[in-house]
Amino acid sequence: MLSDKDRIFTNLYGVHDWRLPAARKRGNWDGTKDIIAKGRDWIIDEMKKSGLRGRGGAGFPTGLKWSFMPKASDGRPAYLVVNADESEPGTCKDRDIMRHDPHTLLEGCLIASFAMNAHACYIYVRGEFRIEYKRLEAAIEECYAAGLFGKNAAGSGWDFDCYVHHGAGAYICGEETALLESLEGKKGMPRLKPPFPANVGLYGCPTTVNNVESIAVAPEILRRGAAWFSALGRPNNTGTKLFCISGHVNKPCNVEEEMGIPLRELIDKHCGGVRGGWDNLLAVIPGGSSVPLIPKSICDTVLMDFDSLRDVRSGLGTAAVIVMDRSTDIVKAIARLARFYKHESCGQCTPCREGTGWMWRVMERLVTGDAEPKEIDLLLEVTYQVEGHTICALGDAAAWPIQGLIRHFRTEIERRINAKRASKPAMAAAE
Amino acid sequence: MSLRRLAPDQPASFAFTPDNLAWAQKQMKKYPEGRQASAVTPLLWRAQEQNGGHVTEPMMRVIGEMLGMSPIRVLEIATFYTMFNLKPVGQHLLQVCTTTPCWLRGSDAVVAACKKHIHPHAESVSADGKLSWMEVECLGACVNAPIIQIGDDFYEDVDGARTEGIINDLRAGRKPKPGSQIGRQTSAPEGGPQTLTDASLYTKGG
Repeated sequence: MLSDKDRIFTNLYGVHDWRLPAARKRGNWDGTKDIIAKGRDWIIDEMKKSGLRGRGGAGFPTGLKWSFMPKASDGRPAYLVVNADESEPGTCKDRDIMRHDPHTLLEGCLIASFAMNAHACYIYVRGEFRIEYKRLEAAIEECYAAGLFGKNAAGSGWDFDCYVHHGAGAYICGEETALLESLEGKKGMPRLKPPFPANVGLYGCPTTVNNVESIAVAPEILRRGAAWFSALGRPNNTGTKLFCISGHVNKPCNVEEEMGIPLRELIDKHCGGVRGGWDNLLAVIPGGSSVPLIPKSICDTVLMDFDSLRDVRSGLGTAAVIVMDRSTDIVKAIARLARFYKHESCGQCTPCREGTGWMWRVMERLVTGDAEPKEIDLLLEVTYQVEGHTICALGDAAAWPIQGLIRHFRTEIERRINAKRASKPAMAAAE
Repeated sequence: MSLRRLAPDQPASFAFTPDNLAWAQKQMKKYPEGRQASAVTPLLWRAQEQNGGHVTEPMMRVIGEMLGMSPIRVLEIATFYTMFNLKPVGQHLLQVCTTTPCWLRGSDAVVAACKKHIHPHAESVSADGKLSWMEVECLGACVNAPIIQIGDDFYEDVDGARTEGIINDLRAGRKPKPGSQIGRQTSAPEGGPQTLTDASLYTKGG
């Protein structure tokens, strides 16, 4: 188990005060000026060496992302935009950072903005997080009053402004270009890439969009050094990670753990085990609703990191672990996710707009078994028609949970169809 | 995607209160000159709050005028983002999360309690005008499932009986205590945190 000394989010549960004086006692804002004095190249290089991969779901190396920003301005300002539109079902880690440890994030905003030549940062918080929005506003005010933001921020010589913005209930705004559209006051519909945000982002200016957790861990990585962070976890999957374990465990919770912790250890040590014991486990969605589920046989041994979960054809995503015990109607659980994606499709691309609704309607029939056996393959075929044929990854995210279900629980779907047919009068059998 | 239309009955006008107008002008300064349209979501949200929980057609014109946007662009925002209610809601709106993590922990019982004690149909105001409820997608507090959002607050670790208790409190004019309804320390495991117990973490700097 990760030692408390290696934990970055020391006020994860809000046991202690979130305000600046208490945050300073926890080590936030310690030597920020000295970090900035080491220069842009050093910061980006250190972030690359740390091996930090983006914590928003895709796992793209953070240092590399920062290095894509133009080295010198062509006259346009640059922006850092923090993605706090945390909406992936199962995920509730950024909420705790914002309401309990806001200064980890705000210090990260200053350092990351400096590293990317940005004098302004916008934090886009999902509309539902009213408390967190107000908490960030208050923490930002503290930073201005203490000289940490504004002209010569934290004595670094860098001028920096930070603003918090909120959405109004749209999962799609977690997609970076949809988020930028939304921040510009438009419907959250993803943009075609290229051009990538690092060239043409917010207001047509160079922009980097990072997840809350990715930014919030940066100051501690730079204070302790890349070697400390990269020594945790496994190669290419380094550091610590906030895990959110929900569903059928005895004690659901958020916890910061080492990357690559075995799934079983995560659940047994931190969540009091699966409800009814490990053998009562049916399946786990290991990385938020978008990744394919894995059945118990895989859960027995799988490690919780990007590469291990990719190897079993799932993903770490946001590290939101949704646990389902043997009492779960697994088809219904995935059908509910299909309904989620149907509700959240922005409607811009036809395969997604039409496909999410179509897949959901078929899934609802599979729940009751009111379908033809051949429809399972038809559904699978449609998921492949949606996947990869849309501007953003929402289409993929809608397809993967269904593919995972069919991959691992096809017999359960067939059992329901057969049971339904057997219960009907003979006409169905005459086919 | 879902079809969302403004309610048929619309008032003739809308105006921000002086306080809200001052607040709105401060919001608009957050964005660079000429980019004031960025403030549309916060302004529309404040207008909805001022109006008791739903947006109206005159708001589109007033806010459009303030931000240099055509009213139809503001209407697009109102219909695209689902936190904007397009018809009147109860004095207290219970937003019940029913997405898979909440459903696994028993959100069906929460919905049943809302149907029984508020209104059989979602998005319908109770007979006394005080309450309405709706199903929403993931609220992002999944380790404290099931969750109900009321106003700014999350009510976590609820079940059917606790939902009924919350409804009774609201009806009687009392504000139920937000957060975990089983006394948990936020997102820590039930019984208290098992990690972050090293006292030296909290006396480092400053």
